Amino acid sequence: MRNRLILRFLALGYLALLLGIPVALVFVNALQDGVAAAWEAVTTPEAQHAFYLTMVMVAVAVPLNTIFGVLCALAIVRQRFRGRALLNAMVDLPFAVSPVVVGLSLLLVYGRRDGWVGEWLAEWGIQVIFSTPGMILATMFISLPFVVREVIPVLREIGTEQEQAAATLGAGGFQTFFRVTLPAIRWGVAYGVVLTTARALGEFGAVSVVSGKLSGRTETATLFVENRFQRFDETGAYAASLVLALLALATLLAMNLIKPKEAQG
Amino acid sequence: MSIVVDSVSKRFGDFVALDDVSLEVRDGSLTALLGPSGGGKSTLLRVIAGLEQPDAGRVLIGGADATFEPPQRRGVGFVFQHYAAFKHMTVRKNVAFGLTIRKRPKAEIDARVDELLRLVHLEGFANRYPAQLSGGQRQRMALARALAVQPRVLLLDEPFGALDATVRKELRAWLRRLHDEVHVTTVFVTHDQEEAMEVAEQIVVLNDGVIEQVGSPRDLYERPANEFVMRFIGPVAPLGERWLRPHDVEIILEPVRGAVEATIDRVIHLGFEVRVELSLGDGDSTWVQTTRGRAEELELDEDQTVWLRPAEERAMEPEPA
Repeated sequence: MRNRLILRFLALGYLALLLGIPVALVFVNALQDGVAAAWEAVTTPEAQHAFYLTMVMVAVAVPLNTIFGVLCALAIVRQRFRGRALLNAMVDLPFAVSPVVVGLSLLLVYGRRDGWVGEWLAEWGIQVIFSTPGMILATMFISLPFVVREVIPVLREIGTEQEQAAATLGAGGFQTFFRVTLPAIRWGVAYGVVLTTARALGEFGAVSVVSGKLSGRTETATLFVENRFQRFDETGAYAASLVLALLALATLLAMNLIKPKEAQG
Repeated sequence: MSIVVDSVSKRFGDFVALDDVSLEVRDGSLTALLGPSGGGKSTLLRVIAGLEQPDAGRVLIGGADATFEPPQRRGVGFVFQHYAAFKHMTVRKNVAFGLTIRKRPKAEIDARVDELLRLVHLEGFANRYPAQLSGGQRQRMALARALAVQPRVLLLDEPFGALDATVRKELRAWLRRLHDEVHVTTVFVTHDQEEAMEVAEQIVVLNDGVIEQVGSPRDLYERPANEFVMRFIGPVAPLGERWLRPHDVEIILEPVRGAVEATIDRVIHLGFEVRVELSLGDGDSTWVQTTRGRAEELELDEDQTVWLRPAEERAMEPEPA
């Protein structure tokens, strides 16, 4: 009995110190000058553009990484080919490499002066670095593994018998995928989407390197928070942080609402 | 439709699953593929279904070469050992799957599904999910799903293997009756000789990727082609250099030519059947299956010395006057 209480105390205390108290303090600080001041801080044109840009990142990166993630998981689990192990390991690269390094590596590829393909793209009038495409690429790179990692174990668990049964009943590859495989892995996909969304919302390092941080043009919500903070605009920084935290919380809450009952711990 | 398997071979790496196997299955028959696990029977069934591609040989369904046809176009119904139920669909949607894929009108699908659910005794379960069914119910649902598209042949891979003994017995009898009603050419895989004997008209014994014998249950039991089939298809009792069925050994109280002397170790009464365990002179042990009447007539008891001889040879002796 006492051991169980100690365990509970330790677990909750750890969470409170690391997560609960800091997040709560963001709430407190954001609202220290009143709700009106906070509201005003996050509705300036710069702030609105920053949130808009963050939403663009999410709107592009999440669907693309979801489609790619499911295809990638199918290839890793269902196919036998040379380099399968390598692909499996590569998927984890964004977890292992620091976002700042990701940003710098994108500069090396797409940079306008000395990037690998940057010069060529610039001739065609496409600017990747210091503009939205580069920031989207950075966000996609960083949030790539989540769907793959969530879907692979589910695919392994369901096995291939349902798909074979569908084949003997006359279903072609696409019909089998949309009617049998996808519904069977949907919770894995949904969880992956939620994690991808949360990661894309909060990305700072890689985007910071490739964005050029032009206020009102290439500034995402996280960059806006940093910018405000550097300029001693605490209300602005904390109010924007609060919005970001609320968005992330809403995403996590959405996941818990859609999660099937039997999967809840 | 008839099925012809012509010189089919299949390897998985170094493992030879099927080695030049040829087989004919008559239209409308009920055939069992019987053998120990790893003998190749499931692989053969999956080759017929198109779920495995053979390395060599041909498969003909209804006289037409189907070797390179995908499973979608072979017109086979396949039932898996672990049901392969579509877990996110209701029983109705599961059974309707093949018809939905074929874009049949909704009224026709509903009528056909209702008919099939009646056939497999799942009328009241149409709106349940597979997780809410027992194993036996799930397997009947899988069977209805396979039958819905009116397959030319029905293939069942260890269909009752995951069920408990009572349900298994029920479903065996039921499969037999279903075949009498539906008359679709049916091939099922089993490692249980009793199941094969009880359900099938024709049994194919497969071992180490090779067909050991094909025949009716009675043929295999009474005229096994070799020692493997003899031992796999029923109980055996050693007698001298020979293997016999335990009920084909006769116990007599007097020595005659060709009879082997033995001592009774135990007499086990199982109701109508009486099982007698004996030691032979050379130290081997054997057993004989006889009836209660015969055992009482001979007054069999432990430590008694008796003589054993093959029962069919009795007929060769002249009747005592």
